[in-house]
Amino acid sequence: MRARLIRRERASARAALFGILATLALSVVTSGVLFAALGAPPLRALHALLIDPFLSWGSFSEVLLKMAPLLMIAQGLAIGFRAKVFNIGAEGQLILGAIFASAIPIWFPTATGGWIWPLMMVLGALGGMLWAAIPAYWRSHLNASEILVTLMLSLVAAQLLNYLLLGPWKDPAGFNFPQSVMFQWDAMLPTLLPGTRVNISLLFALAATLAAWLYMQHSFGGYRLLVGGLAPRAASYAGFSENRAIWLSLLIGGAAAGLAGAAEVAGPLGQLQRSVSTGYGYSAIIVAYLGGLNPIGILFSSFLLAALFIGGDSAMVSAGLPVAAVRVVQGLLLVFYLGGVTFVRYRLVFGKGAEA
Amino acid sequence: MSAIEFILSGMLAAAMPFLLAALGELVVERSGVLNLGVEGMMAFGAAIGFISVYLGAGHFAGFVLAALGGAALSLVFATLVLWLRANQVAAGLAIGILGLGLSALIGKPYESLTITGLKEISLPGLSSLPVIGGIFSQDIVVWLGLLATVSIWWVFRATRLGLLIRAVGENPHAALAIGTPVLVLRACAIAFGGAMAGIAGAYAATVYTPLWADGIIAGRGWIALALVVFGTWMTGRVFFGACLFGALSLAELTGQAVGWHLPSQLLASLPYLVTILILGVISSNRARMKMNAVASLGETFER
Repeated sequence: MRARLIRRERASARAALFGILATLALSVVTSGVLFAALGAPPLRALHALLIDPFLSWGSFSEVLLKMAPLLMIAQGLAIGFRAKVFNIGAEGQLILGAIFASAIPIWFPTATGGWIWPLMMVLGALGGMLWAAIPAYWRSHLNASEILVTLMLSLVAAQLLNYLLLGPWKDPAGFNFPQSVMFQWDAMLPTLLPGTRVNISLLFALAATLAAWLYMQHSFGGYRLLVGGLAPRAASYAGFSENRAIWLSLLIGGAAAGLAGAAEVAGPLGQLQRSVSTGYGYSAIIVAYLGGLNPIGILFSSFLLAALFIGGDSAMVSAGLPVAAVRVVQGLLLVFYLGGVTFVRYRLVFGKGAEA
Repeated sequence: MSAIEFILSGMLAAAMPFLLAALGELVVERSGVLNLGVEGMMAFGAAIGFISVYLGAGHFAGFVLAALGGAALSLVFATLVLWLRANQVAAGLAIGILGLGLSALIGKPYESLTITGLKEISLPGLSSLPVIGGIFSQDIVVWLGLLATVSIWWVFRATRLGLLIRAVGENPHAALAIGTPVLVLRACAIAFGGAMAGIAGAYAATVYTPLWADGIIAGRGWIALALVVFGTWMTGRVFFGACLFGALSLAELTGQAVGWHLPSQLLASLPYLVTILILGVISSNRARMKMNAVASLGETFER
């Protein structure tokens, strides 16, 4: 029997909802089988991954803490992805943001005042933008793939971070650990939920979500970006510049990632450490796609992946799974999602109708 | 040993992970598909290869299993982009992330363990030449890698198969019209690319640095992707590019051996920085890029 995909005249909302549920179910089943094959008790592992994060206020607040950078970065990336500008180097832009923001408390460790953390946030966003300006220039003036350049720059940024933490920025009283001095009180972000580590970076991320939603749904600039991605030739006839879309996408993405990096050092870390780079920039790519590149969808997908991260820590303790299990589940989610999305855009037809 | 001798003798072995993966991706891209999952497929192959050799299966079996693992992962990609018509960039990233995750997951119990590499095979006479002699003393995979380079060059230059792959990449609709099974051919190219990436990864983890560590591929898969662009989709140029990067990746080691006073992080960044620079130089020559680029690269094929 022949099967054939027929393009739907309009995407089906019912199929979209079913697609998301099927994506989650298939990922859970496949992960369970995989964990069992590796000798981890699959039910306990899945329970730890999916349920544990919601069982106590303590761990749920950690989900919110993880959600902030993922949400922020993914909103920035999704704008570019919709315009077909593939910035996959948010990790590097995050590192540069963290480095730029850390300059203030590292160079002025005794300064006090309410201006310190806001200035750090501004510097962080600038650092991310600066790092993203390189691939923007390379793509717009030299025609080089932003995919490869942004990725290479992430690897360079990781080396730069290592250099600073092992050399000029190493805490002299830090027992030779590769980390900077602890930041002073005024260099730290205010706490949002008392008694937890959740700070106001969650508000930044929610504001970014609102801004992205307004920009993409209700402004001419967002419309121009979208058309440039869907139909570059039509866009250029209409006088929309491709280079403008490239610069705008990369600078917005870089600023968001840089701000997220700044909020990490001024939030849960309290100093510049290697662990500022734990793959938020890469996970945010998954968050952006799982959210359907839609600002509201991304709100939900960032929550899902943040819960998965916290669940991963729990699975490590209670089911003996390595942290890498989280990366596998993330990869599976994206694979099944991309496969499932097909059935939102197409109908699967069997038999005679398929020959048409 | 002088720095030049050191680099010359180690260059080909250092180039192999880049070369094997880039040759595989070259075939995939010539067929009109962009697979960004090379890094993850290499990591997966590296983990499988290392574990096989560690458990006593031997290098040959390790390479075969790594090739099968890379091919299996790339067939998931093929299903997504060929039959389910997913966006190639997103699907490639998904496979890359999945491969990196799987390698870390299955490799975890073997973290920091080591195995023995492969013996070098010297060409009699040539290998005792001064300065350049080291080039002629290599392990068997390097010799096979050179053979693979020549074979792929020959397939594209002189065979019907090569012509069909290029036709499918240039104009899949026309190729279909003359009866070429576009999707099947592309799936085969993707599987070949996956197998080569798997072997490239296995070489990195079982021969070049015979140990397992999460992150052992360290961006080589991405550089392999860039090499295909540098080489403007030509086998010979991809080969020379891989040699250049083999030499560059020795810079960190050479620096330590010769005692250069540069931060090691700068030397470690050198391959990435040079990639960025060369990408800019090569891509800015738009006319030349257009002449060799694959016309339907990255486009979803719909009948």
